[in-house]
Amino acid sequence: MTATHHETHDEPQAVFDATIERGDRIEPRDWMPEGYRKTLVRQIAQHAHSEIIGMQPEGGWITRAPSLRRKAILLAKVQDEAGHGLYLYSAAETLGVSRQELTELLLAGRQKYSSIFNYPTLSYADVGTIGWLVDGAAICNQVPLCRTSYGPYGRAMIRICKEESFHQRQGYELLSTMMRGTDEQRAMVQESVDRFWWPALMMFGPPDADSPNTAQSMAWGVKRNTNDDLRQRFVDMSVPQAEALGVTFPDPELRWNDERGHYDFGTPDWDEFMQVVQGNGPCNAQRIAHRRRAHDDGAWVREAALAFADKQAAAVGEGR
Amino acid sequence: MSELTAEGGHGAVPLKDVPADKGGATTQREWPLYEVFVRGKRGLNHVHVGSLHAADDEMAVRHARDVYTRRNEGVSIWVVRADAITASSPDEKDPLFAPSGDKVYRHPTFYDIPADVPHM
Ligand SMILES: [Fe+2]
Ligand SMILES: [Fe+2]
Repeated sequence: MTATHHETHDEPQAVFDATIERGDRIEPRDWMPEGYRKTLVRQIAQHAHSEIIGMQPEGGWITRAPSLRRKAILLAKVQDEAGHGLYLYSAAETLGVSRQELTELLLAGRQKYSSIFNYPTLSYADVGTIGWLVDGAAICNQVPLCRTSYGPYGRAMIRICKEESFHQRQGYELLSTMMRGTDEQRAMVQESVDRFWWPALMMFGPPDADSPNTAQSMAWGVKRNTNDDLRQRFVDMSVPQAEALGVTFPDPELRWNDERGHYDFGTPDWDEFMQVVQGNGPCNAQRIAHRRRAHDDGAWVREAALAFADKQAAAVGEGR
Repeated sequence: MSELTAEGGHGAVPLKDVPADKGGATTQREWPLYEVFVRGKRGLNHVHVGSLHAADDEMAVRHARDVYTRRNEGVSIWVVRADAITASSPDEKDPLFAPSGDKVYRHPTFYDIPADVPHM
């Protein structure tokens, strides 16, 4: 009794700090600093939006899949991404915001999603490249987030990570199949990899020196590794995979560094990155317009379902 | 570039000064929130797996199937409106749990039994 008694008299900030210090999770109804809550809402919301918008570049190819097998796989993959969005919106909702609020902020352009989805998918090889490199980079980012300090976010990430490995493998297998095909197919794969390599590296964000918020997020246990660490890990993993596939990355500076025990690589074009982030990428306007149309077109369905539910509830009420 | 952080799964997105809530009513009435519990296989308890929105109970079960059991994760689903759940007080260190704190005699390890007594 006594131990519990004095703990309940601790300052909430001290209890929060001690929980983070112990590596324990913060749960929804715990006291938390407002800055921590807001950081989480922003981060989880943009992550959820990215999953939902991320369905578009690949979704456009579902009706044009080259075989029933590829179509079934792509459908399942895109459906998974919808699920990822839902897990994440649910996690954000435990912080006192609603999914609807977040959706409206996205549609109003006030919250963002990842820039990688503002690049177009020009050939079916892009479906494979996205699975291999884009989902691959997302996996690098997401695996450490399974241990993030906020319980609901970590649990959502665990579910997501389990499903991502299917995404990456189906993409790699698709590309392998094309590489065993004609010269034209091999050229399609190389062309696709050439377009996606740099944007994939940009997914890890600006260099650590230019990321002032990293320190606070790491102290809170919200973020687990720095941008540069994760980018290096991704490059080191991807190079042997590219060799096995028989493709090259469009980077003349890419080479093994024996001293560091890592691959050296060039610098992404951060000006291009900033342009895309600021809304001037090839598909920014199209992605949001499509999302808004889907939201508006679905409004009557959401209303009708509620009207039906209300009517059923009223009927049950009268029956009593 | 200083306004960018790469946290979140798919990479760098500006988060600074991004609103964390809408600060006003949303435009449409929202479907209620449900909590979802799944029995992984026969012999196990239903376990909380997450939540979702649905217009009514039946739709909640259907959505739960689509969202939480796409890979044979369950043989049975329970859904319950989140606002129907009664919980212990907000603090996870609730004094509600204090009565069990000083009752070590409820645990088998509290009792010394000679080492040569079998099957105990
Ligand atoms: Fe995903
Ligand atoms: Fe994915």
